[in-house]
Amino acid sequence: MKRYNEYYVPIFFLILSILGIVAARVGFNFILAELYARFVRNGIFLLALIFPIMAGMGINFSITIGAIAAQISMLIVMDIGFVPSLGFIIAILLSVTLSIIFGNIIGNLLNRAKGKEMIASMVIGFLGTSLYQIVFMVAYGTVIKPFNKDILLTRGIGVKSMLDIGEYKDLFSNLLPIRIGDAEGSLVPIIIIIIVGIIVHLITKSKIGYRMNSVGENMYLAEKVGIHVDNTRKIAIIMSTILASLAQIMFIQNLGILNVYTGHLNLDIFASAALLAGGATFKKANIKNAFIGIFLFHTLFIVSPLAGQNIFKNPALGEYFRSCIAYGTIVFALMINLKIKTE
Amino acid sequence: MKRLRLEAPQLIMISYLVILAVSLKYIGIPYMDMINDSLIKWVMNGVLVLSLVPMINVGAGRNFGLPIGISAGLLGMCIVLEFRLEGWLGFGVSILIGSIIAILFGYIYSIVLNRLKGNEEIVGTFAGFSFIPIMNLFWSLAPFKNRQMLYPVGGQGLRPKINLDGYFGGILDNFLKINIGSLTIPLGLIMFFFILCFMVYLFQRTRMGIAMACIPENEAFAKLSGINIDRYRRIAIIFSNILAAIGIIVYSQSYGFIHLYDGPFMMAFPAVSAILIGGATKNKATVFNVMLGTYLYQTTFLLSVPVANALLIPEMSEIIRMIMTNGIILYAFLYEGVRKRNEKV
Repeated sequence: MKRYNEYYVPIFFLILSILGIVAARVGFNFILAELYARFVRNGIFLLALIFPIMAGMGINFSITIGAIAAQISMLIVMDIGFVPSLGFIIAILLSVTLSIIFGNIIGNLLNRAKGKEMIASMVIGFLGTSLYQIVFMVAYGTVIKPFNKDILLTRGIGVKSMLDIGEYKDLFSNLLPIRIGDAEGSLVPIIIIIIVGIIVHLITKSKIGYRMNSVGENMYLAEKVGIHVDNTRKIAIIMSTILASLAQIMFIQNLGILNVYTGHLNLDIFASAALLAGGATFKKANIKNAFIGIFLFHTLFIVSPLAGQNIFKNPALGEYFRSCIAYGTIVFALMINLKIKTE
Repeated sequence: MKRLRLEAPQLIMISYLVILAVSLKYIGIPYMDMINDSLIKWVMNGVLVLSLVPMINVGAGRNFGLPIGISAGLLGMCIVLEFRLEGWLGFGVSILIGSIIAILFGYIYSIVLNRLKGNEEIVGTFAGFSFIPIMNLFWSLAPFKNRQMLYPVGGQGLRPKINLDGYFGGILDNFLKINIGSLTIPLGLIMFFFILCFMVYLFQRTRMGIAMACIPENEAFAKLSGINIDRYRRIAIIFSNILAAIGIIVYSQSYGFIHLYDGPFMMAFPAVSAILIGGATKNKATVFNVMLGTYLYQTTFLLSVPVANALLIPEMSEIIRMIMTNGIILYAFLYEGVRKRNEKV
């Protein structure tokens, strides 16, 4: 029985999803179309969480900082006004650069808060959000003069809360078109996500991946063996931040709208809940968990408001139910994992 | 003797306060109004901050699961409103019912936290976050009948902000109010706060309180001397939850509304930040830390609102408030990490 332990949580989510689909009374094509969009938007976020878990740092809730890096670079590209194809490449390069810088800072901070990485990374996420807000809500237009006046609010201070990036949305539309359910989409984002997944898998099997694993197993022994613990942990965080920024660029590109102040909020919660739903623990996570988790968790996410509408005549209830599921999954995982650790 | 620890966060906070106080003079807002408001804000949030003390002293970390205790208080007030109890009766009964519910919630919360010693803060954060959607389900399904509490249309589910006018809104604020010139002192409100603070202080001096204080110092030793650690932790967690329930009732009567649904979502972080400003450490917090920290924290943000408005950027005060709040909490985590490492060497 013991070898099936890791499938209990995914099976639980599968049963909930099936019940949700039955209660929501929706077509299969609708769910597939929604799943396609959510897979493209959130896929890489889950992969971003894998490295810190391997390095024994628990869930990295500061992937929001990576998302912020992506939003900053997207805003700068919009501000200067490149043509979409060039702008997209520049945005990716810029966000990778920014996330290396931010990842370094986060890694240093988390190395000082060993044993409390999760709550510290969460507070770093909140703090980064506020600093980001002060730059774009207050400093933009007063201290920083933008090239493109259209992105500012009419009073001249602060960036608009929503920017249309319609031209970026059509970037992939004519390449490898496919039809998934009701959605007309392109195969390119899926291929990108699968390639990133394979890269992540290869890194976990490489030298640096083994180092991360041994640091995660036992920090003191790893130090004795000659592994530079602090550096390894920092590399894990930097890679996680880079992946998160790439994920946010995919998200914005697919959505076609840049929500400047709210686009990055709660990403960490949903990504980590989805990864845990796929059977990951705080000690062990791989890309299999990520890909199982995203389908199970987001299926539940799609159907629960509709199920709430059908059963209770109140769509808000489904909304509450799904945030309860998201947070509840994390609490449940915390209870299971930390209990094992203390034993 | 309590020595006031002055570290980077406290220094930044005090200098920010001084800058704000000086700039108020140029904006032309009378200081007296601000002092009057600051006294009310102090007690309004003070009881919530006070509720962190028992849990810190028993070594169960700073209570990021504050929304659980708050939900108990909100539920107590909703039950009182359902039976239309007004004035002092309503206030007293809502404290009574809120405390009873807080005992129940606190007991369940303590079972969770006792299983996971050493990780209370992250568990508490998520326990609090996940409790709010559960309460949201309850608020929208509960069979309350008082029309003033329900959504105006449909008659199903409580409204997000329930007005307390005609029940017990401002009952403590207006009790024994003393006017000295333009200075208004809400003596009843401050006395209520002091009585609660004194109770916590006395509790720390009792046999049980001293036993609790030695648990975080040396858990193995405490266990050997025959202290039932789990039981003491449970009592402290329940006590914290009761104080949080009373805290939200005091908060609501000053605010004038009961704020349901996502209202308590982010209430834990400002409270934790306030007690850290007051100089509380990981395992030790005193009533004095609570009073000083809450006053500094709340006054700073009270003053920042008119200054930000004068600069024509009203969002700025809220953003700076968030930066300060989270920055101070993060500083505490980092600082503790360094100190722990030094001790090991």
